[in-house]
Amino acid sequence: MKADMPATNRSRPSMSAMLRDAAAAAFVAALLAFPLLGFKLNATAQGLHLDMRLSWVPIAAGIVFAGRLLLTLGGQYVAPIIARRVAPDVDAIRRRLPSRSAYMVGIAMAAVAIALPWLPFADRNLIDKATLILIYVMLGWGLNIVVGLAGLLDLGYVAFYAVGAYSYALLSQHFGLSFWICLPLAGLLAGAFGVALGFPVLRLRGDYLAIVTLGFGEIVREVIINWDKVTGGPNGLSGIERPSFFGLPMLPTSMAPPGSTTFADFFGIAFSPNQRIWFLYYLILALALATNLFTQRIRRLPLGRAWEALREDEIACRSLGINPTLVKLSAFAIGASFAGFAGSFFATRQGFISPESFTFIESAIILAIVVLGGMGSQIGIVLAALLLVGLPEWFRELEQFRMLAFGAAMVLIMLWRPQGLLSHREPTLRLSDVPRKLVSESAT
Amino acid sequence: MGARQGGMEYFLQQLINGVTLGATYGLIAIGYTMVYGIIGMINFAHGDIYMVGAFISLVGFLLLGFFGITYVPLACLLVLVFAMVFTAVYGWAVERLAYRPLRGSQRLAPLISAIGVSIVLQNFVQLSQGARVKPLQPMINGGITLVPDADFPVTISYIKIMIIVTTVVLMAGFTLIIKYTSLGRAQRAAEQDMTMASLLGVNVDRTISATFVIGAMLAAVAGLMVTLYYGVVDFYIGFIVGIKAFTAAVLGGIGSVPGAMLGGMLIGLIEAFWSGYFSIEYKDVAAFSILVFVLIFRPTGLLGKPEIEKV
Repeated sequence: MKADMPATNRSRPSMSAMLRDAAAAAFVAALLAFPLLGFKLNATAQGLHLDMRLSWVPIAAGIVFAGRLLLTLGGQYVAPIIARRVAPDVDAIRRRLPSRSAYMVGIAMAAVAIALPWLPFADRNLIDKATLILIYVMLGWGLNIVVGLAGLLDLGYVAFYAVGAYSYALLSQHFGLSFWICLPLAGLLAGAFGVALGFPVLRLRGDYLAIVTLGFGEIVREVIINWDKVTGGPNGLSGIERPSFFGLPMLPTSMAPPGSTTFADFFGIAFSPNQRIWFLYYLILALALATNLFTQRIRRLPLGRAWEALREDEIACRSLGINPTLVKLSAFAIGASFAGFAGSFFATRQGFISPESFTFIESAIILAIVVLGGMGSQIGIVLAALLLVGLPEWFRELEQFRMLAFGAAMVLIMLWRPQGLLSHREPTLRLSDVPRKLVSESAT
Repeated sequence: MGARQGGMEYFLQQLINGVTLGATYGLIAIGYTMVYGIIGMINFAHGDIYMVGAFISLVGFLLLGFFGITYVPLACLLVLVFAMVFTAVYGWAVERLAYRPLRGSQRLAPLISAIGVSIVLQNFVQLSQGARVKPLQPMINGGITLVPDADFPVTISYIKIMIIVTTVVLMAGFTLIIKYTSLGRAQRAAEQDMTMASLLGVNVDRTISATFVIGAMLAAVAGLMVTLYYGVVDFYIGFIVGIKAFTAAVLGGIGSVPGAMLGGMLIGLIEAFWSGYFSIEYKDVAAFSILVFVLIFRPTGLLGKPEIEKV
């Protein structure tokens, strides 16, 4: 095994030390590349063959050598300049910002989101992508109640999303219920699943909870796959009813069910498929903002305060007479019901759902959004969703490398900012006569 | 599956299947439990390390075929060493790059990093080796028929014997390492109190690296044996096996090495008996449900020590 490579040297390392360090990194890279890049397993009809491509190994090692050297040199010569020149300015700007700046930024972001469809460059594609990002923002905000506020690690959040999606699809297909009746029902059902799962497991320590929720997410997915009489199995459910504008179907007049007035006819405008895209966009925006508003308000209620107190110190809470199981259960159920709302929106937007959409990777993406956003920071979640969902959407063409880059970005952002993009947590309560500096120091 | 489900023979056959399966879960679970014991993180990428191990052993077998080594026991031994060495490098590099810089930061940071590593490894293998399932012709055929005259003959194939024997040997050796070597002592010290251990001269970083290397080696062995046993490998196998092995580690009491072995066996047996007697579709559901029940009634797992929280 190689000796540890020094990551940062206090004293300025000599060029030869840097070269040696880069060579060590290149050596490890060559070892890593040898079995998996140097050979390719080729499955043919005659069996498995081994294609040689050993030339890839020195290429990989060379790239790592150059990269490592550049990084060390950068750390050597560029980082001190940044630390000396740029960082004080950033700090000064940050200090001068008014304390309500987060609130103002939030309002500005909401305004941009509301105005988005009217902007000149907004085409159908952009609004579609924005809708997708908003779904993840909403899921992130919902999960934030569980992970960020109550401090419960939930790795199976997508299960509740699936419950919401399938409840809407099944209720509308079997009972003909409309989206607006199903939306609260889906939330309730997902919340009920949250209670059913949470009740036995919430007494457990955090990491056990994580694995049980992960298992639960897989159980839900397996049941969906195998219970094909009801859920359609791996093929999923298609032909899910599209949303109506409070009862007015958003269809061309010729396709509307007889006897009903379409949205376009009702308002006396020409039909255009864009109307539905816009409507869906505003629908998810409203749902997401409602989630956000709910979170903001409940943090000021005793229940929300109990969540945050429990996250900080469970034993202290117990001694103050807070029932931890009940408080955790409420966070779990409320978080789950927001996933249920988002799920039924997802079903009506897609018109088709299958277990493919509810794999673990979705849970991981949502959790990554919450953690990268900075655990409890509502704006941070929006930024993280833009970064993790929006950015890859623009690189759809590089489909194959997309997930690789996504995973690498998750690691790199964590290394760069382990506390999340916006880590600052605004305390919900301040003692008015304690100097502010003292409070903010003790609150961190 | 057999036609007759009632008899003793059928039961025995499921027992053998379960123990074989449980052996591989146990090997992987050790990697989870050791890492959790020392640094308290769920090494989410461990299942994918196992997958990488399976691919590396496949490459190893084909390389040996290329060099004309076809004597099966020798080939298996060489591939075992090959896979262990190169998978160990993966385990070491992952710890060094993605986890070590995050030591001492908030609890969720290493977990997110680990999920990222898991995604990277899966997609790296998918890109470099293709998404197609890789089949390998069965190399070890035949077996011993235990109850020949019954109407449901119970057989134990050589490959199953090899899996069980290798696992038992490795686990015994590993237990000895933890008990008697200085590395094992350092591991146990770091598990109890990392700061104190480093004050007393234990190189904690190196101990943690060694833990990851050993975990990756054991996962590579599991990867090799599953490759031989099932004969198919794809880039996605690490995920579900990883979850089950972690379930096994929790079931046995996380942080406890004998617990990981016990938990692995139990998960393997539950899975085998469930698919043998009830339905093969819901075997994973059964394993997870049992986990939930155990955690409700014995939250520290079967062999875990209760953790007393002091204020």
